[in-house]
Amino acid sequence: MSDDLARDLGLFRVLEDDGSARKDRPAVPTAILLRGYREMRRLRLIDAKMILLQRQGRVGFYGACTGQEAVPIATGLVLGEHDWVFPALREQSVMLVRGFSLVQFVAQVYGNAGDVQKGRQMPSHHSGRTVNQVSWSSCIGPQVPQAVGAAWAMKLRKDPNRPVSIGFLGDGATSQPDFHSAMTFAGLYKVPAVIVCQNNHWSISVPTHKQTASKTIAVKGRAYGVPSVRVDGNDLLAMYTVLSEATQRARDGHGPTFVEALTYRIGAHSTSDDPTRYRSEDEVEAWRKKDPLDRLRKHLVHLGLVDDASDAALEAELTDAINAAVKKVEELPLPDRDTLFDDVYAELPWNLREQREELRASPKAPAHGA
Amino acid sequence: MRTLRYREALREAMIEEMERDDRVFLMGEEVGHYQGAYKVSEGMLEKFGERRVIDTPIAESGFAGIGVGAAMVGLRPIIEFMTWNFSAVAFDQILNSAAKIRQMSGGQFSCPIVFRGPNASAKQVGSQHSHAMEHFYAHVPGLKVLAPSFPADVKGLMKAAIRDDNPVLFMESETLYSVKGEVPDNLEPMEIGKANVVREGTDCTIVTYSRMTHVSLEVAEELAKEGISVEVVDLRSLRPLDEETVIRSVKKTHRCVVVHEGWPYGGVGAEVSDRVQRLAFDYLDAPILRVTNLDVPMPYNAKLEQHVMPNKERVLATVKRAVSRGRS
Ligand SMILES: Cc1ncc(C[n+]2csc(CCOP(=O)(O)OP(=O)(O)O)c2C)c(N)n1
Repeated sequence: MSDDLARDLGLFRVLEDDGSARKDRPAVPTAILLRGYREMRRLRLIDAKMILLQRQGRVGFYGACTGQEAVPIATGLVLGEHDWVFPALREQSVMLVRGFSLVQFVAQVYGNAGDVQKGRQMPSHHSGRTVNQVSWSSCIGPQVPQAVGAAWAMKLRKDPNRPVSIGFLGDGATSQPDFHSAMTFAGLYKVPAVIVCQNNHWSISVPTHKQTASKTIAVKGRAYGVPSVRVDGNDLLAMYTVLSEATQRARDGHGPTFVEALTYRIGAHSTSDDPTRYRSEDEVEAWRKKDPLDRLRKHLVHLGLVDDASDAALEAELTDAINAAVKKVEELPLPDRDTLFDDVYAELPWNLREQREELRASPKAPAHGA
Repeated sequence: MRTLRYREALREAMIEEMERDDRVFLMGEEVGHYQGAYKVSEGMLEKFGERRVIDTPIAESGFAGIGVGAAMVGLRPIIEFMTWNFSAVAFDQILNSAAKIRQMSGGQFSCPIVFRGPNASAKQVGSQHSHAMEHFYAHVPGLKVLAPSFPADVKGLMKAAIRDDNPVLFMESETLYSVKGEVPDNLEPMEIGKANVVREGTDCTIVTYSRMTHVSLEVAEELAKEGISVEVVDLRSLRPLDEETVIRSVKKTHRCVVVHEGWPYGGVGAEVSDRVQRLAFDYLDAPILRVTNLDVPMPYNAKLEQHVMPNKERVLATVKRAVSRGRS
């Protein structure tokens, strides 16, 4: 189906409205469905908790992906341990599915001594070397050509693990030159990459139809010679199927795939935004009815895999784990003041050593670590 | 005389110039329906309509280029960057086109355009959102770079920037948008390239601009209690640089401390230091000192961030160093 160009104008779906799965699609294993459900629920709870903490002034900023969970979670389920992730704002959670610790994840949001990035980056800019996931850049776009570059290197190195590189962007980011450069190179170099655009219909206050005059975003891949597919991003089964196929194609040396995942940002752009200023509650309500978690749940109920009791138990377990992680993180000190000068270069240059000495001579803020 | 906030003064300048000249328009991300990411353009879409207050896709290189093209055929664009950090992806349009079109074409074409937006640190926005971009741009011949500190200057200089026949880069600050100040009625455009002595003193000159002017004034107030008299020169314009006002002040105080956000290597502070040591060498009683960001990318963590930014304590200690050096 990869050569079917019409896939970039249509919409690939697996889940029907009644909760059943289309019979003409490959079956998704039950273990994957249950894992996906668990991860999506967890992510929704994490996002809600972080937003609450931000409102309480305990966290500075947060970018949630509520309503878009199927995309990062399906990604985490599909990827292997040697694959690399180049996320945008809404795909931090891929790392959690791939085994990154929840405590360290939360510590990044606090930017304290438990943060592997040492309090350097804004919240929702996670990275983890252990899971091959880098941080996105605050300036929209650069991760896309980087994802292609990583894939190109994987190809050049003839890595026996046959890893793939997956890069993400939002619909708004397709207006940045970086997206187009990335697609140019991906097509030409035929790299083992998957580029996923989460079309959540809004780029802060700008609706997608004011972002581009193109009929779909997926169709843009066609001109670059990159097979492209438009998929229901609120359908975990569809996302899993499409990403499995795309990563397999990449591993088999057949080159890149571009995926437009149609979804919707249910919440604010970030904790700095008020979406009631630019969109109607009716529109949001219509998308709430297509909620990816509800749709997956309906399917699992349909299959007899989930019921109210199992849901309640799951929710309690996940909530406890999240609260425990937050508690643990809140007890951690700030990063040591001396760390300010680390990692600017591979080695500490003399001028930074000098600044460090000067700073050491001034009083420490009370909460600084040892 | 009225009291206005920085953002209101800025908005008034744009509105008045747009009413005066139909060629002026405002373009950028979130400037229209959202009323501006920092509410600077609030109400302007309703007033001028979508022809003149234009929301764009997220493509800074695109709308910077759209602006440069429009300026060449005779319009007067005001291009807003949501923050100057994002101008990094439009750098080529500014550096290689806006700044050079007049010169490269032998004077046949011009590029009367204003690029504006908040610059330098906000609060806990991390390294990629905290850049003091004025240092990069002030390096470039062909550009004018302004960084006013007070509402009246913002208004007078924005009006001047819009009427200027050159590309003018206007550096605002998220932390200044709500600052209030007196603004004269019927304010005319101010002359670009004039610094302002915002506090007179005799022991040491602080040369500064934008947010750090306010910090420097606090320091001056504090040091006055200790009997140290500090003169504060607010540059307002970084290119052209008002050498004369700076030198006159240093010749009077015999000491000079330059205070700005951004890194110490190169930049506006280094430029001012060069002029002062060259033009007031015989008047100096102490080395020229600078207070800048530490030489590292800005961290996110609030406490660490405080250490990296040029804060009140560091400015104070530095002025004392300059002053005591000459006295001992
Ligand atoms: C170069 C650049 N310009 C502007 C911004 C401000 N900004 C942050 S997120 C965003 C919208 C992104 O929209 P989209 O790519 O659709 O992703 P979404 O946030 O909807 O997931 C904008 C304009 C930025 N971070 N970088």
